Amino acid sequence: MNPQPRREIFAAGALALLLLVLMPALNAWAPEDSFFYVSNFTINVWGKYLAYGILAISVDLLWGFTGLLSLGQALFFSLGGYMLGMHLMLMIGKLGQYKSDLPDFMVFLGHTFLPTFWRPFYSFGVTALLVFLVPMLLAKGFGYLAFRSRIKGVYFSILTQALTYGASLMFFRNDMLMGGNNGFTDFKFLLGGDMRSAATQRTLYICTGIALLAVYFGCRWLTRTKFGLIQRAIRDSETRVLFSGYSAANYKLFVFVVAAGIAALGGALYVPQVGIINPSEMTPDKSLEAVVWVAVGGRGTLVGPVLGAVVINALKSWATRAIPDMWLILLGSMFLLVVLFLPKGLISVPGLIRDFLQRHRKPASPETPAPTPAPKVSAS
Amino acid sequence: MKLINKSAQALLALAGMAFTHSAVAADTVKVGVLHSLSGTMAISETSLRDVLLFTFDEINAKGGVMGKKIEPVVVDGASNWPLFAEKAKQLLEKDKTAAVFGCWTSVSRKSVLPVFEKNNGLLFYPVQYEGEEESKNVFYTAEAVNQQATPAVDYMLAKKKEKFYLIGSDYVYPQTTNLVLLEYLLSKGVPLENIGGGFKKDSSGKIISAGKYTPFGHTDYQQIVAEIKQFAAGGKACVINTLNGDTNVPFFKEYAAAGLTAESCPVVSFSISEDEFRALPAKQLVGQLGCWTYFESIKSDANKTFVSNFQKWLKETTVDGVKKEGRVTCSPMVLSYDGVYLWKAAVEKAGSFDVDKVRAALQSGISFDGPGGKVTTQSNMHLTKNVFIGETKADGQFKILKEYKDVFGQPWLKGTFKAK
Repeated sequence: MNPQPRREIFAAGALALLLLVLMPALNAWAPEDSFFYVSNFTINVWGKYLAYGILAISVDLLWGFTGLLSLGQALFFSLGGYMLGMHLMLMIGKLGQYKSDLPDFMVFLGHTFLPTFWRPFYSFGVTALLVFLVPMLLAKGFGYLAFRSRIKGVYFSILTQALTYGASLMFFRNDMLMGGNNGFTDFKFLLGGDMRSAATQRTLYICTGIALLAVYFGCRWLTRTKFGLIQRAIRDSETRVLFSGYSAANYKLFVFVVAAGIAALGGALYVPQVGIINPSEMTPDKSLEAVVWVAVGGRGTLVGPVLGAVVINALKSWATRAIPDMWLILLGSMFLLVVLFLPKGLISVPGLIRDFLQRHRKPASPETPAPTPAPKVSAS
Repeated sequence: MKLINKSAQALLALAGMAFTHSAVAADTVKVGVLHSLSGTMAISETSLRDVLLFTFDEINAKGGVMGKKIEPVVVDGASNWPLFAEKAKQLLEKDKTAAVFGCWTSVSRKSVLPVFEKNNGLLFYPVQYEGEEESKNVFYTAEAVNQQATPAVDYMLAKKKEKFYLIGSDYVYPQTTNLVLLEYLLSKGVPLENIGGGFKKDSSGKIISAGKYTPFGHTDYQQIVAEIKQFAAGGKACVINTLNGDTNVPFFKEYAAAGLTAESCPVVSFSISEDEFRALPAKQLVGQLGCWTYFESIKSDANKTFVSNFQKWLKETTVDGVKKEGRVTCSPMVLSYDGVYLWKAAVEKAGSFDVDKVRAALQSGISFDGPGGKVTTQSNMHLTKNVFIGETKADGQFKILKEYKDVFGQPWLKGTFKAK
């Protein structure tokens, strides 16, 4: 391969150094009144953005590389979060409002003992396993049925949307014993660390960053193998793949399950940092939000979606404080502008600038093809 | 055109942002406003933002709090609960606000609670809630269950009602309220078979849920209303309604269509105030009852002044996004208003903006003559206030039928009533 991918790895490394080493270090050791100090608040919201970045990659793996527009990613994300949330609820111990061993909402509903399906969540190890297992098994079951029945395109989107909506209605019910509308909040400890301390939040932030990097390089590797080639072939013409003798359904099912696992990982890292999980996180419009991040950042590039997730959410954080009445208009117009003028997303901006400069340097040959930042994808 | 105007304003605001930060003078005190200005809750919560800004202007015009002008920091929680927590962090850690006024739903309060406890902030919470919570970092100007639900039942009992049907949306506030009401009704000698809506029991036979529950956005009430009709057939029945928001429309439509009236089987609702009638047709609810600690129709000088000053402020204000026509006042708005004045009084009594000192002042008992009458702070961070029962009129206002004076707010009610 050319210097292109090496440069990409170099850029990712530099960014990782900045986000994973420099920012936490400044948060921990810079004096609070100095210019270089990174506040706990900043670390905390960036942890959230990076968790969203993981979710965005899972959407990209499905939509950008396999052509599956799944509106169920918010469900898998929330399920991962709920699994970890159950562990966190049990770790509160007697420090809740009712000073009971049971989570507050159960006492609230008059329960006197812990339901059996909650018991395994006392163990962090089991919880960590279930964070992946539950969403991935659900994805496997659902995906198996959907792909076997050759449900494609918009019908697949509608079906995943219905699944997500159904699940959120179920979780809203207090009978589910998953906290109903209030969900899980007021977490106190994670692996012995006080959730309110800056050190725990910093550790969580670093873990999220490492997870994001791992997911990124994992997906980058996967999409460049022969498997990735078939993935893109399915995206571009599924019928041809079928007639070439490949079982498209199996390939799609594998990607769908992997993406569910990635989303769940994002959710599990998200929940302890924002401090709440409730069913409104698993509604179809949250899935759509993630799709928008991917579209704005640059579909099918893996870096683009992360960029989109971070930029949009950082903008949202800033604007809901600075212009609380007009932030929706600001974000909306940004989406429109990107769709109209940057169809390949924010990630294409450096390439466009390079292109522009080149054209102006050599006005004699304006027909040179534009160098795209992610050359693998645009080949359709 | 309006959109272009708005975008231009947004850009100006962006440009302005860079400067305002450093331009803030030392003679102001920052106060947070944490409500949803977009999303599903915006319809209710923007009214609270408006009344808070009005209150700050009113106080600032009279010299502010301890000589300092209130500088509101308005943020949008966007009906998004994790965002509420983030905004709370921002208000406390970045903006260092002295107090925050905000939240509507229980879940938003639960979401920000750990943030307020961690940073030792002070939140004033103005909307009727289920109790079962007491944090030293939240002052609940809100109605507790015994300042809304149990007085309403008392009223019904006084009207010789013997059968009570419980219906609500499936979330914590209705579930808890109805469990408390179940205990309360049993303690008043109402037999279990006269309480309608059904029960759920755990494996030991203990009742863990009382009443009929429908999900948010439910529209089909035919079967439930038929059940109520059967329940009310013998007379002397009433309905205790904790349905939320829009679901009230199909419920009351079906209720009227089934021939049930306020005379044959009255409904008392806890989630419909004057402000809700801006979006809800009042026609089907005429004659039905509401119970709050304030109604706009209260005939006192304090209320008249409050209403006319608020209307005047609405006409004059240049704040973006404030609706100027058809505005009313309601209980959550007045409790927000009272909250600001109680905070002001507490700061002045403490002689400091320090949260611990302000809390101590609040807990020592401070009174304020608000639009709904005198309110007094309690040591458990709740508020003693008057409770009113009102009858819905066609114009979306209430005719006051009964007043309970100085009701002490009690957050912990479950298990306090003993069955006869």
